[in-house]
Amino acid sequence: MDYIKAFLMGGLICAIAQILIDKTKLTPARILVTYVTLGAILGGLGVYKKLIDIGGAGATIPLLGFGNSLAQGVIKAVEKDGLIGVFTGGLTATAGGISAAVFFGYIFSLIFNPRTKK
Amino acid sequence: MERDVKKEQEYKNIAQKYEPKPALLKNIVMAFVVGGLISDIGQFFLNFYLSRGYSMQDANTLVSITMVFLGAFLTGIGVYDDIGKFAGAGSIVPITGFANSIVSPAMEFKREGFVFGAAAKMFTIAGPVIVYGVSTSIIIGLIYYFLK
Amino acid sequence: MAKKKLGTQTVEFKNPPSIIAGGTIVGPKEGEGPLRDYFDMILVDDTYGEKSWEKAESKMFQDAVNLALKKANLKISEIDYLLGGDLLNQIISANFAARQLNVPHFGLYGACSTTTEGLTLGAMLIDGGYADYIITATSSHFSTAERQFRYPLEQGIQRPFTSQWTVTGAGATILASTGEGPYITHATTGKVVDLGMKDANNMGAAMAPAAADTIITHFKDTGFTIEDYDLIMTGDMGRVGRDILLELLYKEGYDIESKYKDCGIEIFDESQDVHSGGSGAACSAVVLNGWLLSQIQNGVYKKVLFMATGALLSPTSSQQGESIPGIAHAITISTTL
Repeated sequence: MDYIKAFLMGGLICAIAQILIDKTKLTPARILVTYVTLGAILGGLGVYKKLIDIGGAGATIPLLGFGNSLAQGVIKAVEKDGLIGVFTGGLTATAGGISAAVFFGYIFSLIFNPRTKK
Repeated sequence: MERDVKKEQEYKNIAQKYEPKPALLKNIVMAFVVGGLISDIGQFFLNFYLSRGYSMQDANTLVSITMVFLGAFLTGIGVYDDIGKFAGAGSIVPITGFANSIVSPAMEFKREGFVFGAAAKMFTIAGPVIVYGVSTSIIIGLIYYFLK
Repeated sequence: MAKKKLGTQTVEFKNPPSIIAGGTIVGPKEGEGPLRDYFDMILVDDTYGEKSWEKAESKMFQDAVNLALKKANLKISEIDYLLGGDLLNQIISANFAARQLNVPHFGLYGACSTTTEGLTLGAMLIDGGYADYIITATSSHFSTAERQFRYPLEQGIQRPFTSQWTVTGAGATILASTGEGPYITHATTGKVVDLGMKDANNMGAAMAPAAADTIITHFKDTGFTIEDYDLIMTGDMGRVGRDILLELLYKEGYDIESKYKDCGIEIFDESQDVHSGGSGAACSAVVLNGWLLSQIQNGVYKKVLFMATGALLSPTSSQQGESIPGIAHAITISTTL
């Protein structure tokens, strides 16, 4: 059952992005920036948590979930550490994903070469 | 030459007439299916890590790391761009797409060197994502700090 | 009044140069296209054994020149000037090839219109008595153009239906002051026209107004009619640009559809997934020097209006939200004088 929910939630979030791309000519970079910002705002308002309760990984895997993690991280850190948490919370909560992206990104760029499109 | 706004508008109407429209329905269906499948792969790993006794938060972090690895690897072996061709947003929006946006310029620009080529260019898209994401989170944190 | 000028933008050559040879080299995808039999060389691997695609493009440029020289039975030392260009920043493909070729060189940039920009200037140099032999050449490469103008190759993005596929290849033409033709008899130099199109994925729409302007000016300046030509061919309008161009011309009273072809549409088959068609400086150069010259030699066409079109954008201008200026230069190629 959680697979069906994740499929529907993840699919829906991607389908909305596809409509934005096709209808507004937003570039992929702008879509990602929009989604991460929107995710952080929804996370800050406490709305996104409900989507995760319903969709599980379907809500955390899209970049909206990354934005939500940033917001949740900040809120938790502010509660624990006060003002300094404003600056430490976001990246602390997402450190795993970002570090992995930087490291694997660099390593794979060393190993592999781009191929021309067919 | 002065811009002739009326002429430009007239031309825009002509040009739009011949602009092939994106296959919207097909694109949406493909984005839905691929985005859903990638989410299910994430769900599989989430369930796996939870079953190994990790907390929800740790399991989610491990899922992110795993998915980033997969996205980066599929980009390296030259598969991710083939997926992206038919999946569109379905493979852009998941965190695997974030990894793709890092690895693809890094691979491409390493011929311009490992500092200003690969290492600098890998943040072409990831950089803005982190800038806007972190900045938004800090504003949210400030609001939360003063309102609570 | 300049003695050889007709009307506002056209010159009529008094000593029209002959096109004595053309050299072409293309990448693997172009080598699978419908015009494959007309190219001198087809690469199996688009890196051409080099470390970067930029190096490969420059090598193709150089080889196109050498192939044309060989066909004309000339040595590079007999060439008075090389006029060449490409799409990369500071036209490195042409300039780096010229570094090896050891020949007086004019580097040109007119985006994809460079092919006929070079032929026009070359014809003028010969007609003016400044040269006996001229080589004009242009190149482009899908992978160098993508990374300069668009996205990294391995990025998972969808190409819109209006987008065009940059042709990998290079084409060179040798013009001579004496010869049996085909001759370049007229040249109409285009103005930069910009009707405010901003979509860098829709070059056809950006270039169509410039293309229509040059064709109409050509007919007005020369007094030629559509019936005078066997073929009117553009460089890389693509399917979207073709439809717009035909409508713009039709509205002005020129119905060229029955005589019209576009290199960008001819070079690829629709099944090759190139969307609107081919583009790039090499698109017009390889179709002209490969397919078209052989058609003219075989007597299929006797008089052709050939016009390469260019979209004069840069990544910087696009990011700053500028619209895309277009340009088109036309030449008349005729087997008789």
